[in-house]
Amino acid sequence: MSSQTDDELWSAIGDPSRRQVLDLLVSNGEVSASWLAGQVPFSRQAVSKHLVVLERAGLISRRKQGREVLYQVQADRLDQASRAMAGLAAQWDLRLGAIKRLAEAAHTENKRGYAENKPGEGHDG
Amino acid sequence: MPGLMIDRDVLIEAPAEVVWRTITEPDQMSLWFADRVDLVIEPGAHGYMQFGDQGGPVVVEIVDPPARFSFRWNYPSGEEPVAGNSMLVEFTLTPEGDERTRLRVVECGHELRDWPDAEKQRYADEHREGWAEFFDRLATVVGKRQ
Repeated sequence: MSSQTDDELWSAIGDPSRRQVLDLLVSNGEVSASWLAGQVPFSRQAVSKHLVVLERAGLISRRKQGREVLYQVQADRLDQASRAMAGLAAQWDLRLGAIKRLAEAAHTENKRGYAENKPGEGHDG
Repeated sequence: MPGLMIDRDVLIEAPAEVVWRTITEPDQMSLWFADRVDLVIEPGAHGYMQFGDQGGPVVVEIVDPPARFSFRWNYPSGEEPVAGNSMLVEFTLTPEGDERTRLRVVECGHELRDWPDAEKQRYADEHREGWAEFFDRLATVVGKRQ
């Protein structure tokens, strides 16, 4: 998860505008930069910059058709990103589950200890 | 991983003070997190976490009992974790009733520390929406092709 490639991947999809571009490519297949520019609230120049970053991260590829350049998503790379993301989220779910069990057990223990000590007001531990 | 953001939460049947001890006491931390935790829970404190045969330095950021705890790490690389090379993990504890606590964890690579809380919240919300939507769409497309 800490390689240069992964850094590029995460920073590529970490930006909301770039995710929007990627979303459009995911839903519409192979399209040109000018078509994309017509769908988003930012400039054609910004679209081009985003496409460069996405391509460098391996998330999209380009192909020349006549005078046009068409872009499309690289499904396997997207799938890899999605799995890595799901894996990290699942890891935190496991940790949160463990925290829950530990805290609830400690709480039950505290309550029992309190109930037992209460009548005598006695020693601790 | 500057663009990465994970945001998860769990509802725990225990008061925030109990949850706080579970997430901040090093011997407790070693039960749910690293195999070995050498850490003093003080803002700015440098520590170390061991995971199996790997490990790395940790820096404590926010200690606000029993509501907020955060640290910076960059496991598995060995450099000193600072903004830009590390991940920030932030726990937020919110009481829901007398003996119930919502524990939320956000892990992200952005420099959020110096942002006002409202900004941070807005950023987190936007990102959560964004990520969920993005990966839902992705799952649909990837599913279609298989």
